Amino acid sequence: MSDQTVLEVHRYLPDEDAEPRFQSYEVTYKEKWVVLDAMNHIKAEIDPTLSFRWSCRMGICGSCGMMVNGEPKLTCETFIRDYHPDTIKVEPLTHFPVVRDLVINMEDFMEKLPSVSPWLIPAEDEPLEDGEHQQTPAQVAQYQRFSMCINCMLCYSACPVYGLDSKFTGPAALALAQRYNLDSRDDGHGHRADAVTAHEGIWESTYVGECTQVCPKGVDPAGAIQMLKLSYALDWAKSLVMPRGGRT
Amino acid sequence: MSQELTRPLPRTWWLKKASYFLFMIRELTSLAVFAYALLLILALWTAGADASFSTFLNSPVSVWLHVVVLALALFHTGTWIALTPKVMVLWRDDERVEPDLIAGVTAILFLMVTGGVLWLTLA
Repeated sequence: MSDQTVLEVHRYLPDEDAEPRFQSYEVTYKEKWVVLDAMNHIKAEIDPTLSFRWSCRMGICGSCGMMVNGEPKLTCETFIRDYHPDTIKVEPLTHFPVVRDLVINMEDFMEKLPSVSPWLIPAEDEPLEDGEHQQTPAQVAQYQRFSMCINCMLCYSACPVYGLDSKFTGPAALALAQRYNLDSRDDGHGHRADAVTAHEGIWESTYVGECTQVCPKGVDPAGAIQMLKLSYALDWAKSLVMPRGGRT
Repeated sequence: MSQELTRPLPRTWWLKKASYFLFMIRELTSLAVFAYALLLILALWTAGADASFSTFLNSPVSVWLHVVVLALALFHTGTWIALTPKVMVLWRDDERVEPDLIAGVTAILFLMVTGGVLWLTLA
């Protein structure tokens, strides 16, 4: 078995390159290395001009998302041994503009995230001296899986709807809206309606389902979006039957 | 500011990955279901009035068409059944009801209703 690993890395230096190119780097194969380890080795020992984002190295911060052989992955938990002895192709996350090499511009995502009001909107403010807002395990279980998002944007990269129309609010932001809608302490369902049911919101989703497949935290944004569709469609139906009643 | 690189999605994006391709097939099968619904309406419309249409329905071409449409409609139905547990999240006390159980029950209900309709029409 070969003791070398070849990484074919996307390079784009806007001040020097008119077009992107791929550069091959050969590193010693190490069974315990993840792709990010190899990238850091290249940066430290072979080519300091290579740019990429990373921080925690343990699947928590969501910074090191890249395309590994065409699949959006957190490179800190993508082992080289799973590809060995094949060449590993590393590219920036698709569907986002590239600033340099593997660094994408995430401004669009950062603007979309707060658009769905992803915070608790209580029915009425309760004074601090009333203590904690306690929840039962069953109430936590309702929304917990949707609260595990680390904003790594792999789901946006996997979503062809976002790739075709970047106005789409997108999987992570919509899943977060559903996370708060399902929270027993929250009463913001109606407040979020405009953003969530806008043309570029849930109805833009055609349920390709890849967002859920690539999510490193098991969030299931595709499921959240389908739940939102049902919930807001029921609201609309109720408003037809009871124009003065129902949820506001 | 430096020039950012934009990478528009190519028209062939759905050929790049098996899951994207299956998604496209799922969407296209809805067209087959729609076209067959139109054919049924046409059949009802012309029932008894136009013999040429009932002759066409009995032709081998029509039988093959029905077999193909049936396969496409079954695939399409399967995708809806698979979607059910995503939308219908049920809880038994603190435990989520297994998604496969919800999909399984939906599939059984679908088969029972289909069987009932077949029994009514063929009896």
